[in-house]
Amino acid sequence: MNNNASPTNTDERRLTIAEALREAIAQEMERDPRVFLIGEDIGIPGGFGGAFGVYLGLPEKFGHERIIDTPISEKAIAGAAVGAALMGMRPIPDMQYSDFLFECMDELVNQAAKMRYMSGGKLSVPLVMRCPVGTANRGAQHGQCPESYFIHVPGIKVVAPSDAYVAKGIMTAAIRDDDPVLVFEHKLLYGSKGREQAGGLDLTAHVPEGDYVFPIGRGLIKREGHHVTVVATHLTLYRCLAAAAELALEGIEVEVIDPVSLQPFDTDLIFSSVEKTGRLLIAHEDTLTGGWGAELAARVADDCVYSLEAPIKRVAAHDVPLPVAPILEQTVVPSQERITREIRALCAM
Amino acid sequence: MVQLLTPEGKFAPSASAEEFLPYFEKLTDADFRKFYTDMVTVRRYDTEATNLQRQGQLALWVPSHGQEGAQVGSAYATKDQDHIFPAYREHAIAHIRGVDLIELIRQFKGITHGGWNPFDPKHKNFHIYTLVIGSHALHSTGYAMGITLDGKTNTGTPDTDEAVIVYFGDGATSQGDVSEAFVFAASYQTPQVFFVQNNHWAISVPVSVQARVPLYLRGTGFGIPGTQIDGNDVFASYAVTAKHLEDARSGKGPSLIEAHTYRIGAHTSSDDPTKYRTDEELQGWIKKDPIARLETYLRESGADEKFFTSVHEQAADFAADIRRRAVELTAPGPESIFRSVYSEPHPVMEEQQAWLAAYDASFEEEA
Ligand SMILES: Cc1ncc(C[n+]2csc(CCOP(=O)(O)OP(=O)(O)O)c2C)c(N)n1
Ligand SMILES: [Mg+2]
Repeated sequence: MNNNASPTNTDERRLTIAEALREAIAQEMERDPRVFLIGEDIGIPGGFGGAFGVYLGLPEKFGHERIIDTPISEKAIAGAAVGAALMGMRPIPDMQYSDFLFECMDELVNQAAKMRYMSGGKLSVPLVMRCPVGTANRGAQHGQCPESYFIHVPGIKVVAPSDAYVAKGIMTAAIRDDDPVLVFEHKLLYGSKGREQAGGLDLTAHVPEGDYVFPIGRGLIKREGHHVTVVATHLTLYRCLAAAAELALEGIEVEVIDPVSLQPFDTDLIFSSVEKTGRLLIAHEDTLTGGWGAELAARVADDCVYSLEAPIKRVAAHDVPLPVAPILEQTVVPSQERITREIRALCAM
Repeated sequence: MVQLLTPEGKFAPSASAEEFLPYFEKLTDADFRKFYTDMVTVRRYDTEATNLQRQGQLALWVPSHGQEGAQVGSAYATKDQDHIFPAYREHAIAHIRGVDLIELIRQFKGITHGGWNPFDPKHKNFHIYTLVIGSHALHSTGYAMGITLDGKTNTGTPDTDEAVIVYFGDGATSQGDVSEAFVFAASYQTPQVFFVQNNHWAISVPVSVQARVPLYLRGTGFGIPGTQIDGNDVFASYAVTAKHLEDARSGKGPSLIEAHTYRIGAHTSSDDPTKYRTDEELQGWIKKDPIARLETYLRESGADEKFFTSVHEQAADFAADIRRRAVELTAPGPESIFRSVYSEPHPVMEEQQAWLAAYDASFEEEA
């Protein structure tokens, strides 16, 4: 970090999420020879740096031995990663689109997640799977947010960074973690490319140059407030922040939490916020039924029921496959407007 | 490699073509002209769709440019009762099977959930596109098993006996799905042809990463014989597919065709192929263009300028009509998101649809 940073931070270094992830991966690859990347369309020198540009420049730097382009088989990519992890490597398999996780469910759920347990703690599978999520006009097979399937699997950790600072720190943490970690990233938050579709958000954040860890299992308060707690990830988090700014004008003070980690949740942070506000709204882009919001709601109901002044509210995608039509897509996933209204209604209860 | 028509447009069957020649010999001059017309029409359509995408009318486009020979020849070799399972680049086959190509535009414009009813007679069993690489190899095999179990094949009546043909790319052959489909197809001796369009690239990954032996041999260990063809030779594509399908229809089990072709354009409109392949390679393939060689052949066998002019006019009209209709397409209403999720009324759909209606109405009340 720049020690001479001026108080106005005009010269602070700002990166996009794609740049932050790239930096974390590059630094860990330099630090630890066991770290390598494996996946489809990732390793061409001068190429596009994977489906979303996260690896730009890395093939030139690390070569084909550590950035392995594979045939199209997610099952074998996952298998190669599990095998490598078993022998002590730290593979980062790339899923291109998280929709293709379903291609390698057995390797993840029956193998990676259970190796430690079934070996009585003698084996571990320290892989980090990169899984881009989010609606982006590509329809039902290229836009899902499948994080919640995996929070259900004992043995796997699930994280969902939403800003560049967290992205670098949590990617570093994931790579150093001895368990399998699935990192879900939102396609429209990577950087300038998704900016317009993401609603003109400034997606850069200050990111220290040196390596650092943002611990798995820790969330973040993005905005403080005392009327209602809102927990959201990814693009929905930014919509909640915009809703909070809007509602502040009406005198409603929303506390917005980025949980960052979905397995495990930072329950201390979330519970104490709910105890303070007495109200909870959870928002995610994944469908409603069985989403991670349901798990969080159940935990809050268990632990904080006497602090609650209103029912827990979930705002999520409708329980339908994603349409390709942009206008329908926006009807399916939670809009800022819908979030604003739901928070307002919850606060009136 | 089976070839009937050389890149220079000479009719010069390779030695390996011999067993397929009887199928070719059934074709007439009128058929050749039909092949040519469709190839030109779909290429023109593909160019129009690419332009529509660039002008912001389509969210995405998947070009078929260069693969018309493999597609048109094999599509004409199918019979109406056959079932076709495409991947996502098979626009020429869709056209020949009777799918109005505006349907693809609707899909890529993003105003429909997608698809058409393959069982509607006008679509002649052309199934819907899938974007999950290789997945349909499996369910096409399931469909083919069903045909056998229903006794709808190998009855000795080739005019009604059914077969299945499934199309996928060179990249898709690496998916376990395809190998697993081979196992079932061989075990149950399905009436099925696996048609690989080897266009030499899977986005940025060359076919050499997918396979160390030619892909037509991929089925051998599974008990699935294969034929390699010049996929830019519409005659080879027709004749070889016709024989493979006839074998499938008459109880000889599944087989594989590897059609050598090339994706002249980008993988999709989001791709930049100059980042991973050379112009030299591209130029080499442009010289083997499927349309140009058929044109030479037709000219030498007597087609006059009038014919070519009228084909190009027809293709231009077709594209203009697509453009006109594409621009006019309007987005469906929000309630359509709940349509087609389940086969019958579902309490959660009803609840969420009612919520959405009330939500939308609340804006009107406020106004
Ligand atoms: C299961 C799955 N993995 C990855 C992708 C991303 N992807 C889309 S097309 C493609 C390449 C397919 O190549 P090929 O099978 O040769 O077909 P082509 O596009 O060349 O026609 C890839 C990797 C996908 N759609 N589905
Ligand atoms: Mg290909």
